[in-house]
Amino acid sequence: MERFHWVQHRCRTLLAGDSGRGWYSSPDGLPNKSALDTHCSPHRISGKRRMVFARHGPHQHDYETISKSYKGNAIRTTKYRLLTFIPMNLFQQFHRAANLYFLFLALLNWVPVVEAFQKEITMIPLLVVLTVIAIKDALEDYRRYLFDKKVNNNVVRVFSGKQKVYIDQCWKDVRVGDFVRLSCNEIIPADMLLLYSSDPRGVCYIETANLDGETNLKQRQVVSDHPLQGVEFSPETFHSRIECENPNNDLNRFRGYMEHSSGGRVGLHNSNLLLRSCTIRNTETVVGIVVYAGHDTKAMMNNSGPRYKRSQLEKRLNTDILWCVVLLVIMCLTAAVGHGFWLKNLKDPIFVTDVETPPTLAGFYVFWTMIIVLQVLIPISLYVSIEIVKLGQVYFIHNDLDFYNEQLDSRIQCRALNITEDLGQIQYLFSDKTGTLTENKMVFRCCSIYGVEYPHDENARRLEVYEAEKEKDKAAGQSVTLRSGCSGKSLSCRSLSCNRSSVSLHTLTAESGEEDDPRSNHIQTRTSAFCSRMAKEVVPDPELVKKLNWFCSSVLPLSEGSSTTSSSLELTYITDFFLALTICNSVVVSSASQPRHMVPEARTPLKSLEEIKLMFQRFSFSPFSALSTLSPPQIKGSPLSFTSRLFTRGKAGSFTISTTPSSTDGSEPGKDSYMETSNLRRKLDLSATGEGGNAGPVEKDIREDAIKDAKAQTVCGNGPKQDVETDSDSDTDDELLYEAESPDEAALVHAARAYRCTLRGRSAESLLVDLPGIGSLAVQLLHILPFDSNRKRMSVVVRHPLTGHVVVYTKGADSVIMDLAETPKGAEQAQEIYNHIREQTQKHLDSYAREGLRTLCIAKKVLEEEEYDVWLKGQLLAESSIENREELLLESAQRLETNLTLLGATGIVDRLQEDVPETIEALQRAGIKVWVLTGDKQETAINIAYACKLLRPNDQLLTANCGSKDACAAFLQELKLEVLQGQDSMTERTAAGTDGESSLGSMASFVLVINGQTLDWALQEELKSDFLELSRRCKAVICCRSTPLQKSQVVRLIRDELGVMTLAVGDGANDVSMIQMADVGIGISGQEGMQAVMSSDFAVSRFKHLSKLLLVHGHWCYSRLANMILYFIYKNVMFVNLLFWYQFFCGFSGSVMTNAWVLILFNLIFTSVPPLIYGVLDRDTPAETLMGLPELYQAAQASKVYIPHMFWVTVLDAFYQSLVCFFIPYLALAGSDVGVLSFGSPINASALLIILLHQVLESHTLTWIHVVVLLLSGGSYFGFVLLFSVSCVTCSPPTNPVGVETLQMSQPLFYIICAVTTVTALLPRMLFRALHNTLHRSAALKSSQMDKVASEEYRKRMQHWNLSHSRVNRLPVCADNPGLEPGLEPCTSSVVS
Amino acid sequence: MASSYNAKEEDGHHSGAPAHGGAAAAAAKSKKPDNTAFKQQRLPAWQPILTAGTVLPAFFVIGLIFIPIGIGLFVTSNNIREFEVTATPTRDTSNVFMYYGLSNFYQNHRRYVKSRDDSQLYGDRSALTNPSKECEPYRMSDGQAIAPCGAIANSLFNDTLELYHIDSNGTRNTIPLVKKGIAWWTDKHVKFRNPGGNNNLTAAFRGTSKPVNWRKPVYDLDPSDPDNNGFINEDFIVWMRTAALPTFRKLYRIIQKKAVTTPTLPSGRYVLNISYNYPVLSFDGRKRMILSTISWMGGKNPFLGIAYITVGSICFFLGVVLLIIHHKYDTRNNSADIPN
Repeated sequence: MERFHWVQHRCRTLLAGDSGRGWYSSPDGLPNKSALDTHCSPHRISGKRRMVFARHGPHQHDYETISKSYKGNAIRTTKYRLLTFIPMNLFQQFHRAANLYFLFLALLNWVPVVEAFQKEITMIPLLVVLTVIAIKDALEDYRRYLFDKKVNNNVVRVFSGKQKVYIDQCWKDVRVGDFVRLSCNEIIPADMLLLYSSDPRGVCYIETANLDGETNLKQRQVVSDHPLQGVEFSPETFHSRIECENPNNDLNRFRGYMEHSSGGRVGLHNSNLLLRSCTIRNTETVVGIVVYAGHDTKAMMNNSGPRYKRSQLEKRLNTDILWCVVLLVIMCLTAAVGHGFWLKNLKDPIFVTDVETPPTLAGFYVFWTMIIVLQVLIPISLYVSIEIVKLGQVYFIHNDLDFYNEQLDSRIQCRALNITEDLGQIQYLFSDKTGTLTENKMVFRCCSIYGVEYPHDENARRLEVYEAEKEKDKAAGQSVTLRSGCSGKSLSCRSLSCNRSSVSLHTLTAESGEEDDPRSNHIQTRTSAFCSRMAKEVVPDPELVKKLNWFCSSVLPLSEGSSTTSSSLELTYITDFFLALTICNSVVVSSASQPRHMVPEARTPLKSLEEIKLMFQRFSFSPFSALSTLSPPQIKGSPLSFTSRLFTRGKAGSFTISTTPSSTDGSEPGKDSYMETSNLRRKLDLSATGEGGNAGPVEKDIREDAIKDAKAQTVCGNGPKQDVETDSDSDTDDELLYEAESPDEAALVHAARAYRCTLRGRSAESLLVDLPGIGSLAVQLLHILPFDSNRKRMSVVVRHPLTGHVVVYTKGADSVIMDLAETPKGAEQAQEIYNHIREQTQKHLDSYAREGLRTLCIAKKVLEEEEYDVWLKGQLLAESSIENREELLLESAQRLETNLTLLGATGIVDRLQEDVPETIEALQRAGIKVWVLTGDKQETAINIAYACKLLRPNDQLLTANCGSKDACAAFLQELKLEVLQGQDSMTERTAAGTDGESSLGSMASFVLVINGQTLDWALQEELKSDFLELSRRCKAVICCRSTPLQKSQVVRLIRDELGVMTLAVGDGANDVSMIQMADVGIGISGQEGMQAVMSSDFAVSRFKHLSKLLLVHGHWCYSRLANMILYFIYKNVMFVNLLFWYQFFCGFSGSVMTNAWVLILFNLIFTSVPPLIYGVLDRDTPAETLMGLPELYQAAQASKVYIPHMFWVTVLDAFYQSLVCFFIPYLALAGSDVGVLSFGSPINASALLIILLHQVLESHTLTWIHVVVLLLSGGSYFGFVLLFSVSCVTCSPPTNPVGVETLQMSQPLFYIICAVTTVTALLPRMLFRALHNTLHRSAALKSSQMDKVASEEYRKRMQHWNLSHSRVNRLPVCADNPGLEPGLEPCTSSVVS
Repeated sequence: MASSYNAKEEDGHHSGAPAHGGAAAAAAKSKKPDNTAFKQQRLPAWQPILTAGTVLPAFFVIGLIFIPIGIGLFVTSNNIREFEVTATPTRDTSNVFMYYGLSNFYQNHRRYVKSRDDSQLYGDRSALTNPSKECEPYRMSDGQAIAPCGAIANSLFNDTLELYHIDSNGTRNTIPLVKKGIAWWTDKHVKFRNPGGNNNLTAAFRGTSKPVNWRKPVYDLDPSDPDNNGFINEDFIVWMRTAALPTFRKLYRIIQKKAVTTPTLPSGRYVLNISYNYPVLSFDGRKRMILSTISWMGGKNPFLGIAYITVGSICFFLGVVLLIIHHKYDTRNNSADIPN
């Protein structure tokens, strides 16, 4: 009977499945199979696929036989139909054990020998519950029905076979095989294959916000061999057959192929599929063929209902209910035995109707009768009540103004409706770091290239200024003066430093402008949330700018003598680094004024393009060949052959390039670019003469080129023109919007743009890039190997615009890249240089991590043409395979990403969210152990932990990085000992009372930092207990470098082994498993899509909301529900016992002294609403107190132990009250001429008064709602019994109430009895409350005062510490122990206090 | 519990709208919760925190109210004269009620209580000849329906009590016992009816048989008075209102007061004449006859008075205890609050 939630849910899903199959066409398996048998394909997958033919095409026959049987596009999310509602709903409801119990009782009452009441009466509770739930279900279903109707009747243009045009049709009439034509901003009605797009590159953008909440655009591609451009696709000419997977719910996977009538095959994959309920954006027209419709679509198959979790309290409640059952059985047994003996002692009395039944059998019958009579003892209605109360609680949580986020216009989402009170019981909190504790607004902070660090001090200052300015802005509006001053200044600024300052000024004004009207443009704010102003405006490092400029400036030949500043190799590194930043991403470029993909594409004559290409290839060959000397085989192909191949291969002809970034700027930039081009042409001529010995003396080449460059540089690098250019640049740049899948990608692109390496546009085959001093270039994009969490990196394969080589740029987590970056074989000197770079970069990475920066490594690899060809074959094979496509692609990517050359590393700032330290402090004070589980590096994690005060100054840090399992075991033991000793010494210290601050002594404690590899061992069976023991003694645990699986393993370990309540909070897809594993999962709706939110129980927008959610709402919900449950049990026990006591005076015959209707309705109506109000509205402590004293949360937690004891106290009190309530009237009326019902009348009335007043005593707050409800409850009882006793003449036969109540209530005796009974019954409770509050409150007050003192002390200490530590090294802890090479050191530990 | 798909789709439509419609729509559809006292759970509330200080007055008040009531009740109860079996006359000038008492008679037994047919007693013709099954085994007798059916009716108390006053010269004077007005008004006039009115009951009850234990049929219960015969016979009605407890009394007759000055039952010797019909030995029972006067609070029962006095005293005592506690703790808290 306890599991009915779960059963209900299961049943619902089951039913939904069944009905779905029922309504729609026949099962898809059979016709499919027969069709497949006729056609044998090499890629065959054991019959698990569907074939799709065009509905109006040459395959009409096939369509009729196969595709027609697929589900139509009509959806039905309702569970019932009009006619089947009652049977279906009843069937479903009787899956609830509670209802079965009612049914059992009702049926039991039909057995004549045990019949207790009229047969109809015992049906009432069942009927009421069934009706209430049926009405609720019906309303829900009706809402769904209306919604389905709306969706089904949406209109879309579908190709009609008869009229040969697209005609309007409802969504529900769309079938598999239909051609659907959609325009921009239309919602996709079904899953379709993209066959045509008006976009010349054959792409189309969809917004999947409806599906997964991600607002960024996703690119979809026309099926590969369909014509990209030209005439619109005509459905009549479509003769192909599509074969694909059977419907499944994997949003990110789609496999299949399309077979043309000619027999050729084209692989289909996810990027060809337009998903239902997504929106077409920025594409004028698309045409697709429907492959999955209606309930087969991925969107619908992903639609799983709300989550059902069983709350801890409900589990506890079940044991209490079990006790109630025991109590019931004992009472019934007593009655049964009593009746047996009573009968036995009688000798054929006149009042016994059947003398034949032997006493034992009669006792047996009485047992069952009593079960019916005392049925109320099992508070079945409690389950319904709890559900209602939780709905009320969720309503209030949902409406809390404090959880409202202005910026996102979002409130808290309560996705799980039945675990509200678990929020009040959390003992362990597992938090993700990025996006949860931090903003996940990535801002480029600094970088290291070629082993040289560029600290970007200005940039750092800017970030600080930004924060300060933002606060100032908040306080005093925006600064207009700054803005006006800026434009003039930036014009006059010529030097680089001046230019920079103008940029920073610009930042400030832009920021204030942004604050101006955040809602003026919806889309704008949405996208700018992704890449804020702060992320966009990066202040370049002067040193790096100088070096980069030098690359294309005349400085090179001049400073040739002083080449100590930078070698040509370094310059190559720098250019490559920025090129990688610019192109190695999946950023979608769009401009605010134009649709996203329509990046200006100037039509440059092909010839000049060729010339430019050739020239640059030649020009930059030299620096790269310097690198290529390191790997001799690379020199084999001559640059010329590269170029020629470049232009003969593929779709090079379709290359378009923009040399005029902005046409609005007038003639100046145009002229500029013209001059540039002419310059280049000149250079080309010159360099052509130098053509010849390509493997010849490199230095000479460089010099030659450099000299020729000098003139060009005068144009692009120096003089006022440069300034004009930057100005025009910034103008056009402002129009560019970058939308990235992850925020750090955008940050890097913006950083590159600060160095004038601008990503201008992107198409499927090429990228348009501005490079400083060179201008716009089209980079031929060969492949993108997207990021995945296994590889922890992404790569692009491009043809280098300057050298023509096939180059792989890889960007990824430092650990991975450092492993993959291998020292190239070759010249010793080069090797030395390279090793030096690696070491330096590693050093910089460590220091970045220590500063709490996110680090990424950039690497590249130059591919031999042959090498590339070989790889390409494998890649194409992988792409076109239907089976194991993902695995093959992964393998292929891994094959490519080897032997990388490390270029450099970047550090990205991710600021803490507001109020995170305060929240964590509050949570810790509330007795919640906070663990941080992050995939980040140890140093980063520790630093963030310091920043958010998870780690405190006198905490002892235990770091566990072990190289082997044995070492790990030993180490855990060692740490355990250490912790024990530490604790002993600490307690000694406190015992000695050195400072007299006993509460503070316990504050210094241990914090365990453990890395992923060690965690793996620690989680194994043998070491589990040691790890648990250790972590239990630590105040906090930080797990770094942990995988999503480990996160969930850790949560499970703690949850199961310690049996504590866990909460997991995270924002990304990698937190999903952890969120689902924990008792309470909280998703942060942040930057990384909605996956975490979709799998969570509650979704908030900021981490700081947790404190109110747990401390206030959790506390309230828990205490409300716990109190309500206790009250409910009290109420039932109290009332039922009245009937039980009566058994002692009626020969244990199961007689009742009350009218049966009153008996049944007492629980159902007269006393049912007040507990609900009590459960929803009661407030034991005001919100401010709860927030101010988080310790109270712990006190409520302690009451978890308190409940069993409270249960018995409650039951005992109920016994006492029922004794009073029964025996005072008994003694007052004993021996008189009182009739059965007249006896029951004062008992019932006083029971009602006692029960209602008991609630008043127990309530912590009483509002007018309480008063109204209490009055109505009392009034309804008296109204009902009076009316009943007047109107019911022959009804309710054995206990006919006519005249009873009217007579009773007209006599003073009734009131005299009620008064004394009520007062006597409530006296102990009142006394107890008064004494408890008086004596206990003084203690509570005392403790709160102590807390106040303690927290003040603590704050002072923290301030002191902050001051002292801001000057010193920020991370004193692990400086000597980077712990990055776990294989080298078997074990390291450091304990710092 | 709406499916999340709906929610998403709806969201989609909403978020779609501002995209086309512009900023105004977005502003109008803000999801910001209402800042009302109810939704923010800031309703003005009375916080009944029970402390010694707050409860204390209530205890005193209860004590002060209950003790006088208790005394009043006790006195009232004591004024009620009640005599069992050997009735001692009183000088009371009020009506004296004559009860018969039975002990160990479980009129409240579940099956016994049920064993009646209210429709039959209400004068329903069909129920008369075809009584409810609840009456089993006293439903049919010799193929004829029993009227009134059921165990309650069957076990009707059928002793006759007569009271004589023996005056000074030794003559027995029958004390007039009023047999009307002993049943509830609602029972007599609403709940119980003879089939076909009160005329010619013999005809009305034709085709029915008398209860097994009865000596005479129902229409012969009081042949002298048609308004007290058949189902509306008051002795019968009183019996049919089943007693709550196994030891009970039932009103038998009323001895009406004579004049204002003369006592209803002047002192002297009385003789109670019982025609013994009713067997009580089978259930180990006892029979009694009680003469009692009644007051506003019913019959004699000292318990309520004692209860009120006791509870009142306890409250008063607790009030004093709380007063001490209040002075000891609450004041200390207050003083502790001040320096803070």
